[in-house]
Amino acid sequence: MLEIRNLHVKLEEEDKVILRGVDLTIGAGEVHAIMGPNGSGKSTLSYVLAGRDGYEVTEGSARLEGRELLDMEPEERAAAGLFLAFQYPVEIPGVGNMTFLRTAVNAQRKARGEEELSAGDFLKVVREKARTLKIDAEMLKRPVNVGFSGGEKKRNEILQMAMLEPRMCILDETDSGLDVDAMKLVADGVNALRSDDRSFLVITHYQRLLDHIKPDVVHIMAAGRIIRTGGPELALEVENNGYADILGEVG
Amino acid sequence: MALPKAKEDALAARLAALPALSGKGWLAAARAEALARLQAMGLPARRDEYWRYTDPASLNAPEPLPAQRFDVTDEAAPFDGMDRLKIVFVDGVFDAAASDDLALAGVSIERLATTGDTDIHWAQGLYGTLEARGQTPVPRPLAALNSAFATDGVLIHVTGRAAKPISLVYIHKSETSDAILHHCVKLGPGAELTLLENGPAAARFSKVMEVDIADGASFHHIRIQGRDHERRAVTHLFARLGAKSELRSFTLTANGRLTRNEAVVELTGDEGRAHLAGATVGDGEFHHDDTVFITHAAVACESRQVFKKVLMNGATGVFQGKILVKPGAQKTDGYQISQSLLLDEDSQFLAKPELEIYADDVKCSHGSTSGAIDETALFYLQSRGVPRRRAQALLVLAFLAEAIEEIADEAIAEDIRARLERWLARHGSR
Ligand SMILES: Nc1ncnc2c1ncn2[C@@H]1O[C@H](COP(=O)(O)OP(=O)(O)OP(=O)(O)O)[C@@H](O)[C@H]1O
Ligand SMILES: [Mg+2]
Repeated sequence: MLEIRNLHVKLEEEDKVILRGVDLTIGAGEVHAIMGPNGSGKSTLSYVLAGRDGYEVTEGSARLEGRELLDMEPEERAAAGLFLAFQYPVEIPGVGNMTFLRTAVNAQRKARGEEELSAGDFLKVVREKARTLKIDAEMLKRPVNVGFSGGEKKRNEILQMAMLEPRMCILDETDSGLDVDAMKLVADGVNALRSDDRSFLVITHYQRLLDHIKPDVVHIMAAGRIIRTGGPELALEVENNGYADILGEVG
Repeated sequence: MALPKAKEDALAARLAALPALSGKGWLAAARAEALARLQAMGLPARRDEYWRYTDPASLNAPEPLPAQRFDVTDEAAPFDGMDRLKIVFVDGVFDAAASDDLALAGVSIERLATTGDTDIHWAQGLYGTLEARGQTPVPRPLAALNSAFATDGVLIHVTGRAAKPISLVYIHKSETSDAILHHCVKLGPGAELTLLENGPAAARFSKVMEVDIADGASFHHIRIQGRDHERRAVTHLFARLGAKSELRSFTLTANGRLTRNEAVVELTGDEGRAHLAGATVGDGEFHHDDTVFITHAAVACESRQVFKKVLMNGATGVFQGKILVKPGAQKTDGYQISQSLLLDEDSQFLAKPELEIYADDVKCSHGSTSGAIDETALFYLQSRGVPRRRAQALLVLAFLAEAIEEIADEAIAEDIRARLERWLARHGSR
């Protein structure tokens, strides 16, 4: 599904290197987790994959189902099936959440040569999916993320993911700021989307989320590289001992 | 007092190119007074206080600069489907065939050109009167020029509730047309009228509208200034409001080489309400100037100015807005916001917001900002699959929303949003 090869990234504006050769392969239907200390480059990796400005790829490639992502505009990547749930979802005053969702869904359908959803059909689907995420109708009417609590913003990300039905979902600390019940809702939302032709990359600091969303593979990122890859037990090791041992081994 | 030599020469050159004034009737007297005002002021110059940001040269020049007409084929003309009374001017000349009969219940509608030579007319108490009042403290010579030389216009007297909107349609055909129109609108106590204006009008267009709104009357004004790229326009709205009366004026400007829209509003009766709003989108060779002066001369009046401009590829926006609260105008509620969204670094916004307050129990706020599009929001939208141009349009419409919300008629507001959306799909920086 996703194949990242020797990815090197620096900041465009300054000479600061952030990713120093990331290699990562995620097969169809797999769930991978990335853990790693603050500032190790996890969000940067997700932004670079999604196509955010401000980063310069100096080397490497990232292919989604064989197609080079790094040559595409962000909206093309989305249409190709990539989705990023932001660590910090963005507030957009003046743009209604519903308008936003419908514009996004229909833009992607159009890009893929599919017919746009009618207003009625769209409404039905959104309401249904919002209900399972316990997002009330009032929140759908408000401007995108404006005045949403931290947890509401994260649930709104999952709602978008559910509406857009991407192939490759990247979740950047979607668990942070969530209470126990909300975490369960989000995890259920993700698990409901799991399928043989959809993959997940879950960035998290905590084992807790991984109790709910069982990963197939766990990676540890440090200083812009994946320094260890293992099974779910690796997350437990981090939870119990922190990063010191793992970093020590490598460093 | 004698004018400086440069101003004298400029005025002499302009006057020489204008047609002789008609010699009889009430209008002749009003014109003569206006001409005297103009001769005392001279034409505007770059050094004049309210002309620093806008060059009046092309508005002063004896001949207009040529402007190609722009045929709109991709959307219906504004207000097309509406039940309205249509009055059409082509290059400033009344087009009887294209206009409806000037008959509307509760309203008397006449043309300036056909009533000007009568001895007495209700409009003689209004024509040039509000314009003359509006000359202090800030001189507006181009308005006086208009009063002196307007060739036509409509005189509307509303006594009840107008059965439908009156719609002035300004068509631009000739590349060298130089139109001068002057309208008077008088609303009696409790009267109601919606006035629609649309179209570029001419290569160069000068328009004055004087509106007298009696106690409890309500005047709604919506204007769409056409899509011609090369036209130039200077317009003045002079309004006087009585007690518990209402003025709402909204202008959409897209394109146009030069636009100077002045509004001079005087709240003279208690609890009057004046809302002025503008949504402007400009791309490239585009200069748009909103100059507003609101005087609070009575108790508990409310005024709002909401002006939003979206500028790209070297376009310029200007806002000069003043709220004057006179002594005794207690409980004034004055709000003014002027904002621009600059889609690139070549575009600019020049603003001069002013408050002058001589009463102590007032609530006045003003704010002026100039900003770029929120790149983070743009990326967020794109990351959801929304193409950049469309994402930009969504953010721009969100930015303009506060101005569009000033339109009372939701169907018109929706139509204007759609026009803006299409404009934004056609234009973009980068
Ligand atoms: N646009 C930027 N400008 C300046 N520094 C940046 C920028 N983006 C990332 N960095 C820096 O790059 C490093 C990696 O940041 P990144 O956000 O990718 O870390 P992270 O692994 O997601 O951390 P966390 O666990 O705290 O979310 C940090 O040192 C960060 O300050
Ligand atoms: Mg991060």
